[in-house]
Amino acid sequence: MLSKAKLWLSLALSTLLFWSAGLHAAWDLNMPRGVTQMSRDTYDLHMTIFWWVVAIGVVVFGAMLWSIINHRKSKGVKPATFHESTKVEIVWTLIPFLILIAMAIPATRVLTAAYDTTESELDVQIIGYQWRWEYRYMRDNMDEEEVSFFSVLATSREEINNGVEKTENYLLEVDRPLVIPTNTKVRFLMTSADVIHAWWVPDFAIKKDTIPGFINETWVIVEEPGIYRGQCAELCGMEHGFMPIEVHALAPADFQAWYEEQQAGVRQIRELAAAEMTMADAMAQGEQIYNRNCVACHQPGGVGMPPVFPALVGSAKAIGDTAVTMDTLVNGVPGTAMAAYGRQLNPIELAAIITYVRNGFGNSAGDVVQPADVNAYIQEGQ
Amino acid sequence: MSAAHDHHHGPAKGLSRWLYTTNHKDIGSLYLWFSFAMFLLGGTFALVIRAELFQPGLQFVEPNFFNQMTTMHGLVMVFGAVMPAFVGLANWMIPLMIGAPDMALPRMNNWSFWILPFAFAMMVSTMFMEGGGPNFGWTFYAPLSTTYAPPSTTFFIFAVHIMGASSIMGSINVIATILNMRAPGMTLMKMPLFVWTWLITAYLLIAVMPVLAGVVTMMLFDIHFGTSFFNAAGGGDPVLFQHLFWFFGHPEVNIMILHAFGVVSAIIPTFARKRLFGYDSMVYATASIAFLSFIVWAHHMFTVGMPLAGQLFFMYATMLIAVPTGVKVFNWVATMFRGAMTFETPMLFAIAFVVLFTIGGFTGVMLAITPVDFQYHDTYFVVAHFHYVLVPGAVFSIMAATYYWLPKWTGYMYDETLGKLHFWLSFIGVNLLFFPQHFLGLAGMPRRIPDYALQFANFNWISSVGGFLFGFSQLILLFVVIKCVKGGKKATDQVWEGAQGLEWTVPSPAPYHTFETPPDPKLIHAQ
Repeated sequence: MLSKAKLWLSLALSTLLFWSAGLHAAWDLNMPRGVTQMSRDTYDLHMTIFWWVVAIGVVVFGAMLWSIINHRKSKGVKPATFHESTKVEIVWTLIPFLILIAMAIPATRVLTAAYDTTESELDVQIIGYQWRWEYRYMRDNMDEEEVSFFSVLATSREEINNGVEKTENYLLEVDRPLVIPTNTKVRFLMTSADVIHAWWVPDFAIKKDTIPGFINETWVIVEEPGIYRGQCAELCGMEHGFMPIEVHALAPADFQAWYEEQQAGVRQIRELAAAEMTMADAMAQGEQIYNRNCVACHQPGGVGMPPVFPALVGSAKAIGDTAVTMDTLVNGVPGTAMAAYGRQLNPIELAAIITYVRNGFGNSAGDVVQPADVNAYIQEGQ
Repeated sequence: MSAAHDHHHGPAKGLSRWLYTTNHKDIGSLYLWFSFAMFLLGGTFALVIRAELFQPGLQFVEPNFFNQMTTMHGLVMVFGAVMPAFVGLANWMIPLMIGAPDMALPRMNNWSFWILPFAFAMMVSTMFMEGGGPNFGWTFYAPLSTTYAPPSTTFFIFAVHIMGASSIMGSINVIATILNMRAPGMTLMKMPLFVWTWLITAYLLIAVMPVLAGVVTMMLFDIHFGTSFFNAAGGGDPVLFQHLFWFFGHPEVNIMILHAFGVVSAIIPTFARKRLFGYDSMVYATASIAFLSFIVWAHHMFTVGMPLAGQLFFMYATMLIAVPTGVKVFNWVATMFRGAMTFETPMLFAIAFVVLFTIGGFTGVMLAITPVDFQYHDTYFVVAHFHYVLVPGAVFSIMAATYYWLPKWTGYMYDETLGKLHFWLSFIGVNLLFFPQHFLGLAGMPRRIPDYALQFANFNWISSVGGFLFGFSQLILLFVVIKCVKGGKKATDQVWEGAQGLEWTVPSPAPYHTFETPPDPKLIHAQ
């Protein structure tokens, strides 16, 4: 009997050890101290309050435990008869009140600093979508190319569905991270295109809701170059757990080089969009885009999850008039989770995904939509 | 008195006894059994959540179903398990505690119970409808719950209306009973604290339930009648939803815990064999907490981008709640101090309540600090906080109450060994389940996610083990109660050596009709 119990215990313990051995920082107990003045202030405040409540806990639970040990009937004690004391009541009303004032003073100071969004050197707009983030860098000169892009979960569905081994940054990696300069006051202007999301990076101690119809603002000065990760913190629908945030902080000179590279990229795509696309090219690129952007709702094989997420196989919108497919992709379907991809994808990508939807999963519309067609459609709409 | 006359006063036989009953004890039992059934159902939903979170990756359920589980778990536990349990206790105990023959409005009492099973049947049935049930969290923030919601949301709204109507009727009944039907000599300041906490929370319920009804009606209009209360594209305001919801929601949270204070204030003096310390200050503290609960709602919304002045106001007001809550905890400890304690199951649950609820209170103070709340908000730290207040808080107090009054209800003593086993398994389970969630939240795990990054794997694993231990331990409670209803050692009228109060002056089991003539005023003592 005993040996059986021992066997189970050792089995359980070794499972636990094996489990933990391969995992990174898996026993973290506390909040990260972070890489900004704000995150360090937040951490210090957190620890101050924590030690206050520990101290109160020791006194209260200590008194309780002492009574439980000493004042039990089995020890033959006679119960006392006292049952009130105004003096004592006043004392234990006032002392917590004073402790709270001591907590409120530094809290007010830190909060006031967090609300000072003035004198930013770079402004980035953050827009939440079901289930991705868009980052737009605000320009001083409107003649310059606008740098803006969408940031989507990069972890593959095979990893999530346990088909392949999970990698280190499982669920915390994106295709295109937000890039910001270090030692620069960056202001974030936050809103949403559909439901409420919340943009959160623990190392910055920033969490702010992105709310449709509102613009919230917050700011950060990152001191250390590096990669910082976070997640959407407000329930925003089915894929809420799958819209991470990845921020790369670069030294200002490196950031400037990156930014100019992005502007050059915008010019290049404008030129490439004039070129002709083959069916094979479009299908190959379309499949990649589908797996990144569409598969969560429309499912592998385009079977969808009716009635909320319609199937694409044989769908009239997919195989009928090209203009209808184009409209659905470019403008989305208002009031549903179908987002407007006109801004999320460039014309080449849009042409590829439209062609893929019309000709993939056994659909056979037969036509190759060209980037120029998409451009023409978008311009016509405006 | 003739035999025929006696028979007339006994309960009817069969199903009609329960359907047509206007007897406060029958209705109390109905509420308690209903609540226990909902507790098991909501617990099953929680176990689906914990099974999915046992390991990283998606194993058992799809994300959309996972969201339905978190939503239904919250709604069923709050509206189906905790609230009806306290209404059940109120029905059974308030007339017995104040020396009244029954509740003031017995027919409404029957009605307010019997609409509940229909409300919950409708709400749970949405999970079988096309598009699934509510999947937007128990807080159902718009526009996720309006423009982007599944079609079944309309049924959810109707169910919430029925639950609200039931709560309001229950509250009116409690107030009418307490204010009009106290036995001669039972002045307000001699009422047991459980009666006081119910009187105060009944007013809270009447104040906030209509706000909930209003907000779900606005959702209904947004969904079906083209209004834009919460739709920014039509000039509406999604943040308004949150203000309205939490103006209901925060007092609601206090409603669930204040009754628990009343229960514990009855149990600790009994088993410490010493009068409750600071009765008057307990009453005032309850009233203060109730008042403060109306002016702190936006501390659930520190990240929506309120102006600085608003943030500061709600931070200070929230911190103030610690003062009356602290007074209560100190009073309980002072009651135990220099008493002569024994540790039967109700006392064990009550002591665990004081310790673990206080831990929930500590994290509550931490959450009140706005700039740090930016880190805690919507993480597992918050999940750990409110589960500490609600499970080893409110739920443990309900279990303590059940063990405490079960001999009075059934006439038999429950099995003390099994009761203690139930306590210890629940105590270990609940701490394994929720304590590691503090660490998960601080390390950065958001709430309401079906899958998580690898660094959260260990504590999730431990939490899931604790969850299953706690969940299955509750079957012991079911067994103990059934066993006690069927028989056992006869309970005396006094039941507990140190128990004070009118409920212990009637026979065990309490007869179908009690206090048809008012009790002797000499039996009514100061608390």
